[in-house]
Amino acid sequence: MNISRREILGWTVAAGSVAVLPGWAAAQGAVSFAGKTVEWTIPFGEGGGSDAWARFFAPYLAKHLPGNPTVLVRNVPGGGGLSGVNAFAQRPQDDGLAILGVSGSNQFPYLLGDRRVQYDYKDFTPVLVSPTGGVVYIPGDYGVADMSQGKALLEREFVFANTGATSLDLVLMLAYDLLGLKVRHVFGMSSRGETRLAFERGEANIDYQTSSSYLANIVPLVEAGKAVPLFSLGALDADGNVVRDPTFPDIPHFLEAYEMMYGRPPEPSEKLDAYIAFFSAGFPAQKMVVLPKSVAPEIVEAYRTAFANAVADPDLQANKEKVLGAYMQGTGPAAQRLFAIATTISPEAKAWMQDYLRTNYNVQI
Amino acid sequence: MVDTFFTALATLLTFQHMTALSTGVVLGLVVGVLPGLGGIVGLSLLLPFLYGMEATHALAMMVGVLAVIPTSDTFASILMGIPGSTASQATVLDGFPLAKKGEAARALAAAFAASMVGGVFGALVLTAFVVIARPVILSFGTSELFALTIFGLSMVGVLAGTSLTKGIATAALGLVFGMVGDAPATGEYRMEFGSLYLIDGVPLVIVALGLFAVPEIVDLLRSQSSIAGSTHTLGKGWRQGLRDTWACRWLVLRCSGLGTLIGAMPGLGGSVVDWIAYGHVVQMSKDRSEFGKGDIRGVIAPESANNACAGGTLIPTLLFGIPGSGATAVFLSALILIGVQPGPSMADPARDLDLTYTVVWSLAVASVLGTALCIALAPYIARLTTIPYALIAPFMIMIVSFAAFQATRSLQDMIALLVMGAIGIFLRRFGWPRPAFLIGFALATQSERYLYQAVQFSGWGFMGRPLVLLIIAVTVLSIWLSVRKRPGEAVAAVHTEGSSALAGPGQVWPQVAFAAATTAAFAFAVVSGLSVSLLAAIFPIAIGLVGMVASGFVLLPLLRGRLTTSANFDAELAPRENDVRGGAWAMLGWLAAFVAAIALLGFFAALIVFFVVFLRVMARISWARIALLTGVACAFMLMLIRALNLVLPGGLLQAYFDLPWPFR
Repeated sequence: MNISRREILGWTVAAGSVAVLPGWAAAQGAVSFAGKTVEWTIPFGEGGGSDAWARFFAPYLAKHLPGNPTVLVRNVPGGGGLSGVNAFAQRPQDDGLAILGVSGSNQFPYLLGDRRVQYDYKDFTPVLVSPTGGVVYIPGDYGVADMSQGKALLEREFVFANTGATSLDLVLMLAYDLLGLKVRHVFGMSSRGETRLAFERGEANIDYQTSSSYLANIVPLVEAGKAVPLFSLGALDADGNVVRDPTFPDIPHFLEAYEMMYGRPPEPSEKLDAYIAFFSAGFPAQKMVVLPKSVAPEIVEAYRTAFANAVADPDLQANKEKVLGAYMQGTGPAAQRLFAIATTISPEAKAWMQDYLRTNYNVQI
Repeated sequence: MVDTFFTALATLLTFQHMTALSTGVVLGLVVGVLPGLGGIVGLSLLLPFLYGMEATHALAMMVGVLAVIPTSDTFASILMGIPGSTASQATVLDGFPLAKKGEAARALAAAFAASMVGGVFGALVLTAFVVIARPVILSFGTSELFALTIFGLSMVGVLAGTSLTKGIATAALGLVFGMVGDAPATGEYRMEFGSLYLIDGVPLVIVALGLFAVPEIVDLLRSQSSIAGSTHTLGKGWRQGLRDTWACRWLVLRCSGLGTLIGAMPGLGGSVVDWIAYGHVVQMSKDRSEFGKGDIRGVIAPESANNACAGGTLIPTLLFGIPGSGATAVFLSALILIGVQPGPSMADPARDLDLTYTVVWSLAVASVLGTALCIALAPYIARLTTIPYALIAPFMIMIVSFAAFQATRSLQDMIALLVMGAIGIFLRRFGWPRPAFLIGFALATQSERYLYQAVQFSGWGFMGRPLVLLIIAVTVLSIWLSVRKRPGEAVAAVHTEGSSALAGPGQVWPQVAFAAATTAAFAFAVVSGLSVSLLAAIFPIAIGLVGMVASGFVLLPLLRGRLTTSANFDAELAPRENDVRGGAWAMLGWLAAFVAAIALLGFFAALIVFFVVFLRVMARISWARIALLTGVACAFMLMLIRALNLVLPGGLLQAYFDLPWPFR
């Protein structure tokens, strides 16, 4: 066969451009998941907050990811939410087809240095952060209208139905402690629904509920004069400062409540540092979507854009109330900032926290 | 309110709603028929489709699933001797003996009729109750809930078999197993052996399948015939069964009411409602000699209670957002997805009461529809009992394994199933009543945490609260009813484990060994209690000591050669008419081999190997038929894991190689 140099050259160029093209396209951000399936691991069983959150987001993520892949939620329950994350971290998949939804129940043991935690948040890249909030309330007949009369509460003994010393309730334990309230903790509650019931039955006399449940169940009690809100836990602004919860603009946040009670902000201390760290990990950054660190930057970028667009989707905005509340969903740089705050604790605050739990609640980390 | 009630009916009777409801009913029917699979799996299958659906359609569909599962799960309980879901364990006790006697049709007809009445009555109770439920439920505090768990535990008295001490020892053993994991009072881990798997406790579904399904599969395999044995028919008892239910109509209503109320208690759930109903009918009956051997009342009572309970558990879910069971937890999550926030508004005529009544009507309609479908399908499903069991067994093992690993989706679920299965086989063989174990297990966490919380909230004075006193009075009455002997009765309680000859001096060592092992387990519970703080230690130490005394009473006479006591029981003394070589051990070996194969090859590949080897060796059928049956099993499994989006438990192979779906 007779092949001219020109022909060879032509073929070489063609082959070369075919070989180069995908890399070039990827560099331009043209990531596509067309025909692929994205698996969204949730380290908890079907039913429950994290599951509902992921299933709510899944169709919007599918709609806004390039190539509109199928997004499936995969539940990996067990080990109090640790097994699923351990497994995800042990076998990181770097093609961007495996994403993970973590929650406060994963952040807390990590911050506490629990030996059963085999994952490191430093190996994860955040692409979405979903905040939640909470409001603390007491019975309506204690003669206290708000926290400016808070000193009257110091004489009472409160009973708080608690879901566990290392659960989200840890934040409340620290809050009560900082305020100087005498609170007896009754453990073994299996959900916030049960603690609310204990309050309504009169067994407990201080409780908190997360936003949607507060609106549905406690606001009617407040209107009937049977409950008084003391403070919300607050939210974090873009710079990481504690601000009022947008869902409850009329209720002071914890730091404001402290100031209303004592006339000055709380003194800097390890206890306060620990409070801020666990509050951030439990509320403003309660649920996060992360990718393994090994995933290519353009894929991470595709996810960031997709979540930003999903959150802006008018359809999502119209339906989000029951699942997400009024909170700003953290995407892009905001997600990274919240992620950093929620997964960091100073060594001193960490040591103080471990000691506090060991001494008061016999918790062996 | 009356307005809302009928508007909700009119809405439900539209074409779209009835379609949604029927879809739910059919799905619930299929899931319920498969042994071990219940509401959690049924609703999980629906979850991906719910988002964006209109709220009332989605509700009708989900309630369709929830309402029919306690009806259709009866098939497995009566025909296979395997609880179709955790809601119908008690049905096995009398239902399965009836099927073996060739009266399957009668038992099924009675069960379905009772289920339907239970479902409809439950819906009726809900209609009125939902409006007044809030104050009623709020009057049940932790003190009252603790008293109710004690009432549940007192049912052990009825189900203790020939020896009350054995019953108590078995219940204590169940309590000890139920204590594995984190202690309610302090969150400390007990008896978890450093394993992440055990910190959440042993899953209930695995205990139920291990205790009831595994021993039954092993037993049936050894008999080397079909379930129906020589009787090859369903029997012609359809009318008889309906007449039986009619004759027991007051019992049906009582158990329905009981089921609804127990289901409605938040935090108690329906995990033992079938046993309570069973205990109730035994207590109230004049002639108790046939219970455990095929008394139709033993089928009717739990079946009317478990359907009513399904309705009852919806009350705390809708009004308080507190799920009463695993299935209602998924239901709750689905409610939020379709934009319904549970809370007081669900009972408010001005707000969401219409949704609640949609649920109520859906329950009633789905119960009737589900019963009709079950009766229509019964003759076909019942034919399974005439097929040689060696052909059915691999399918049963497949489904039971699948149901088991729904718990945490890991190999450890399979290992737990194997261990619980071995324990179940021993309990059965030595006449330790398995229902007592189950009641103890299911109530372990609740009794401990409600006791601790009641003392914390109200001090020991909680025992004096009027409702608590009332429940205690009912409990005492119930114990008296169950232990008194009527004139002419040999024993007061039900034989749940059959009967056996007395072992002679040379044959008694297996019983001695088992009783000694049990005593050692109790001792271990006591020792483990010593290493945790006081509040977490009280329960394991107290129950461990009670268990040591009770199992000591079983052990001592056997050790001292006093062999005429009621403690002497070994079902393996007389050789069986038909038996396989190796007996129960060989059959348990098959299961162990399957689990080992999963650990090596992963679930899917292990399933194929298991089917081929088992069908060739045990069923001795041709390669062509082996290929066909294995293909059917694989197709079925693939469909399920696709729909639920599962990754099957992997083995060593998957740790080293990245295999394509479904082998990965």
